[in-house]
Amino acid sequence: MKPRDYSIKYEKPEEMERLKKNTPARIGIGRCGPRYTTEAYLDYRGAQARANDAVFKEVPGSVIESLGVFEVRTLCADKYEMITRPDRGRLFDEETCQLISSRCRHDVDVQIYFGDGLSSPAIGANIPDLYPALRAALEAENVTVGTPFFVRYCRVNTARTIGPLLNAKLTCVLIGERPGLITDESMSAYMALNARPEMQESEYKVVSNISRIGMPPVEAAAYIAELMMDMMQKGNC
Amino acid sequence: MKLDTEFMGEHHTFHSLREVMAKANEPKSGDSLAQIAAGTTLERIAAKKVLSQLTVKDLTEHPAVPYEEDQVTRIIIDDLDRQEYEEIKDWTIAQVREWLLDDGTSGEEMLAAGRGMTSEVIAAVCKLMGNLDLMYAGNKMKILATCNTTIGEKNVLASRLQPNHPVDDPRGITASLLEGLSYGVGDAVLGVNPAIDTVESTGAVWDQLREIKNEFQIPTQTCVLSHVTTQMKALEKGHKADLCFQSIAGTESALAAFGVTPGMLTEADLMFHEDGDSRGPNVMYFETGQASELSSSCHYGWDQLTMECRCYGLARHYRPFLVNTVVGFMGPEYLYDARQLLRAGLEDVFCGHLHGLPMGCDVCYTNHMVTDQNDLESLAAMLTAAGCHYFMGLPQGDDIMLMYQSSGYHDIAALRQLFGKHPIREYEKWLEKWGILENGRLGPRAGDPTVFLK
Repeated sequence: MKPRDYSIKYEKPEEMERLKKNTPARIGIGRCGPRYTTEAYLDYRGAQARANDAVFKEVPGSVIESLGVFEVRTLCADKYEMITRPDRGRLFDEETCQLISSRCRHDVDVQIYFGDGLSSPAIGANIPDLYPALRAALEAENVTVGTPFFVRYCRVNTARTIGPLLNAKLTCVLIGERPGLITDESMSAYMALNARPEMQESEYKVVSNISRIGMPPVEAAAYIAELMMDMMQKGNC
Repeated sequence: MKLDTEFMGEHHTFHSLREVMAKANEPKSGDSLAQIAAGTTLERIAAKKVLSQLTVKDLTEHPAVPYEEDQVTRIIIDDLDRQEYEEIKDWTIAQVREWLLDDGTSGEEMLAAGRGMTSEVIAAVCKLMGNLDLMYAGNKMKILATCNTTIGEKNVLASRLQPNHPVDDPRGITASLLEGLSYGVGDAVLGVNPAIDTVESTGAVWDQLREIKNEFQIPTQTCVLSHVTTQMKALEKGHKADLCFQSIAGTESALAAFGVTPGMLTEADLMFHEDGDSRGPNVMYFETGQASELSSSCHYGWDQLTMECRCYGLARHYRPFLVNTVVGFMGPEYLYDARQLLRAGLEDVFCGHLHGLPMGCDVCYTNHMVTDQNDLESLAAMLTAAGCHYFMGLPQGDDIMLMYQSSGYHDIAALRQLFGKHPIREYEKWLEKWGILENGRLGPRAGDPTVFLK
């Protein structure tokens, strides 16, 4: 008995090629009975495994070193705690607060820092292009930019602590997004004027989907800088 | 109300009905996050023991949020069938559970009694049920709803075709849509989650879905899952769809966090009856999911199952065509792993059914949960056995816009074949005409979307 080929013999193969070009969705993948072919099945499992790993693996220390920034962590002991305890993923202990306070410039216009959030690869994939371009764009407008650092086990709401701690007008965290199967490297920028513990969720401005596949990091830097200038101008009047 | 018990040689005292209900819940990370979960496994079972001896009347007279304070509570209480309630008000929750599981109790009798139960009563019964109890009792009920076609026959497993695209590109939506049709998916609804929630975009996607539905004469429903107010404006502009969608929550304040009021839903229901594309009478489509109340801090210290049930109490007021829990979308803060996900999926579908709702499930997870596709497939099979009305169908279960994992086109076909279930009858005939379905199995043209192209 010869093994069968379970790819589909399309009635209009050129049309199928066109349909596939029109979407990144997993279409035209064949079938054996009502189930996936082995290749399609393992492709999917591989992409999902990569997305899941992106959440649970650590950002390597070497990546932080190469960015030339110092590292702190929230109250969370590990990724698992970060995932289930958003309340702890936004806070730091006293010692960490003192460290951030002593190593960072105070009273700046814009404080930017980096967080692993839900995607570890997002930091190494985007920050090397995103941050220098963002900083340069702001400084060209005579905006003072604070000392960057990296927060491990980081939630967006760390901004509520960092803003007042450093007395920054605008606080921005560049943080890994929940990964999908198309990319596990997406990052978001969450920005808030006058960030403070009791602020509303709706006070954050967000730029999401920053990645090679979505909004490229350099392009995102220009867009974020523009948004920040706009926020600060509106906030002043 | 007696809130203490001698159980397994220990004395357990609880201070409120709210505490009993929270601690009687099966483990959920969201209840732990809210700091209301049982401290030990034995305390959880002791809370169930106390709950089992409370009466339907106890639960009805002490709603999660007071009648005066919350419009969702008022809707649930005012909609109660008083005659049915009088019949069972003195029963304990233990007795209700046993009666539901009794082979002598028909699905029709269950549904009649359900009309006399508040959402809190239904949540309480659910907390006393094991997973197989939920499946066994739930599957007895037959709940029909009609828009253009009728969903809910016992031998039917329907499906929503979900052809989302990252930027709502009509060509991308069409590509996924035709592929889905070629696997027999889409009899419940052709429903797109929009990336862009504007009147123009909603109108454009409505028009596109309607055009495809009309061109191929597909016996189904269309819907775009934008905000209800966006859809009402699109309708005013002369665009048409069959179903009106909205995400709902179990308290007035949590609904407000979605930008929704019950009055708005009534208005939308009326508008779609008048100006929508369908015959009806059921024209609403709601989505829910445990913990949306907690995530907006509008849960009043109550557990996420009780809050979820109150969504169903609100939903039944509008006699919807479709309701589905998006069970694994909220994230691991609320449902941590496969065990919690499976439990919540079974709870939601059972509770929705006992509310008389045509209940489906978006069997899904996010990539930061401790779950994978095997867990999703297990839940889908369990829910098919439990009489779930419909699932989502996506290209290999991957949502490229909302970035989460759900059930695939192939899964719908496999579940139907495995359990001897069919698409909605008119839709099945349509599939047979195209050679996509043959003798209850995928046919010679299945999986080839180019059969629809000239």
